[in-house]
Amino acid sequence: MTTPPEGAPAGTPGGVTDGQETPSEVQVPGQQPPAGAPASDPPVEDQQSLPARLGEERIAEPVVRTGMFGVTSTGDTSGYGRLQVHQLPLPSAEPPYGSYFDEVAQALGSALEASGLGFTGAVERVVVEYGELTFHVRREHLVAVMDRLLHDPALRFEIFSGVSGVHYPDQPGTELRAVYHLLSITHNRRLRLEVSTPDSDRHMPSVTDVYPAANWHERETWDFFGIIFDGHPALTRIEMPDDWLGHPQRKDYPLGGIPVEYRGTKVPPPDERRSYS
Amino acid sequence: MTETTHATPGAADADDADATEGRVYNVAGGDWDEVVTADTERSDNEQIVVNMGPQHPSTHGVLRLVLTLAGETVTDARASVGYLHTGIEKSLEYRTWTQGTTFVTRADYLTPLFNEAAYCLSIERLLGIEDKLPERAQIMRVLLLELNRVTSHLGGLGPFGLELGATTIFLQGVRMREKMLDLLELITGLRMNHAFIRPGGVAQDMPPGGIEAIRDFLREAPKLIHDLRTLIDANPVFIARTKGIAYLDLEGCMALSVTGPILRATGLPWDLRKSQPYLGYETYDFDVPTADTCDTYGRYLIRVNEIEESLKIVGQCLDRLSDRASVANDPWLIQDAKIGWPARLSLGPDGLGPSPEHIAHIMGQSMEALIHHFKLVTEGFRVPAGQAYVPIESPKGELGCHVVSDGGTRPYRAHLRDPSFHHMQAVSVLCEGGNLADVIPAIASIDPVIGGVDR
Repeated sequence: MTTPPEGAPAGTPGGVTDGQETPSEVQVPGQQPPAGAPASDPPVEDQQSLPARLGEERIAEPVVRTGMFGVTSTGDTSGYGRLQVHQLPLPSAEPPYGSYFDEVAQALGSALEASGLGFTGAVERVVVEYGELTFHVRREHLVAVMDRLLHDPALRFEIFSGVSGVHYPDQPGTELRAVYHLLSITHNRRLRLEVSTPDSDRHMPSVTDVYPAANWHERETWDFFGIIFDGHPALTRIEMPDDWLGHPQRKDYPLGGIPVEYRGTKVPPPDERRSYS
Repeated sequence: MTETTHATPGAADADDADATEGRVYNVAGGDWDEVVTADTERSDNEQIVVNMGPQHPSTHGVLRLVLTLAGETVTDARASVGYLHTGIEKSLEYRTWTQGTTFVTRADYLTPLFNEAAYCLSIERLLGIEDKLPERAQIMRVLLLELNRVTSHLGGLGPFGLELGATTIFLQGVRMREKMLDLLELITGLRMNHAFIRPGGVAQDMPPGGIEAIRDFLREAPKLIHDLRTLIDANPVFIARTKGIAYLDLEGCMALSVTGPILRATGLPWDLRKSQPYLGYETYDFDVPTADTCDTYGRYLIRVNEIEESLKIVGQCLDRLSDRASVANDPWLIQDAKIGWPARLSLGPDGLGPSPEHIAHIMGQSMEALIHHFKLVTEGFRVPAGQAYVPIESPKGELGCHVVSDGGTRPYRAHLRDPSFHHMQAVSVLCEGGNLADVIPAIASIDPVIGGVDR
């Protein structure tokens, strides 16, 4: 009951949403715009025309989705068929970040300076959102950054709270992410690190040498996302059976399920129900 | 007892299995002596590898421990998990944000309300409604969380007694826990898996008579705790089995990033309710119990003292709720028609459902209310894109939910950082070098729940 009937006229506005658009259905705002996208910071003298300018910039962003929510195959007569959803620019914060975030960034910068690696050399992007600080760290420098975060007296993030994998299949080059949450008991601060890796080269350095507690979390992330943590002492599956094929939390891994009969009708499995995202 | 040589440990049809090393005994029960005699007669190697679990009554569910024994001493302990993996995190990605509460509540089934709270607090941070939560919702959440903290501790302590062979401790623990589960059932409708804490508040108001029922229990509770403590605190058998057992000092806790009672048993009063307060915990008067013994007994003392502190907080919540009784239209769910669940539930002849007043309102008076009801129930609300991680102090340590939104009506990714999962990594450190019998108190002192470990 959740999909419109087959054979809708091809000339309806929904005709623009054909099957080719399907891969971009789970596109996430806040991702890497392709090269050539305009910079998002307008100069101060252009404040007058800011709304118009922002509108133009938004239209210049690549289209990530067309058509009505949740409908991919057939036309609709609602008028939403020509809706175009544009990609949001990549969030990135400039100092000052506010709160204790500047102190953390400066302390990390000077700690990395001592080892010949600058802050910008190791951290490609800083995001301050929802009162939380995120460093997007280049994967080749992850262990060095983690080491400084644990051992530098001005940082002292003693508690490793875990790794959470995220899969963004529509962000080429940064499909797989590992998100690390750290806590400093000494300074009562929290920090999030995010490391990305392309799906074609799913390697990431293991931080188990710095934080032994990362052991199981990295195994879990390997199990669910297929990220290979180089240098992990025993990177084996932890939740799924040892002989399992595939990595279930990836977006291209189906949920599975069967239709359930209820009072003479059939309820489709969750992944085949209509979604509005 | 059957016996095979050179086969995969634990394989039932050992002959067909891939050859590894050593001799394999498949023990069906009651023939332990035969195994020991047979092995000592034949073997020049003193080491025995024992699979404890995954179906062992003292492993708190389906935990499997691979223990290498030299005589009675554990030389190598490895925990193996995954036997209760149910794919909660994957399922969440195919449900709306509100429906997600019914899934996370089933992760660590002894702390259902904590899972819901961690999940909802993260969503609320993304929605930007953290400071718009109604006062009543916050008080109700704290009340429920503290009741749940006590039931979780009792669910850990009672069976711990049973594992050490003391049935009475178990019965005393269960007796008190049952009374509290009755309270939770009175408030939420369910003993476990409540799905009661929702994004924006709680599902329902305190039922009539709820405050009195909890007050009655609070009057009775000191005696129940006293009975329990009389049985345990100075019990020579309990002390012999727990004092100095599963030692983990502050350095070890830091190296393994351990939190919760295990960390507080080293003397460090780290409690997120005090250090990074949420839900207005900074306005409640309570202490953080600590111990300096770094062992299982210290962790027990912390848990039992936390029960008393939690009941103190519950009393303060009841006072605040009683004070607010005169507030007219005091909401328990956010008053935002775009987020708050529209229906007000009431008990009808055919069970719990939308109240007749609400149905009259949406069907007869307000088309907007009907639209909101329809959109929220079928489609759900949208959560701004981004990620959030709001950790809370669960009875077992830091519990957080990392939620990622793509701006849609479903979680793009939700990951529960469960303390049980994290602390299972410490099993090797807690058990190795100790006696085989001490493995059981060591596991119990972590208080793991495999539902949370495997999710």
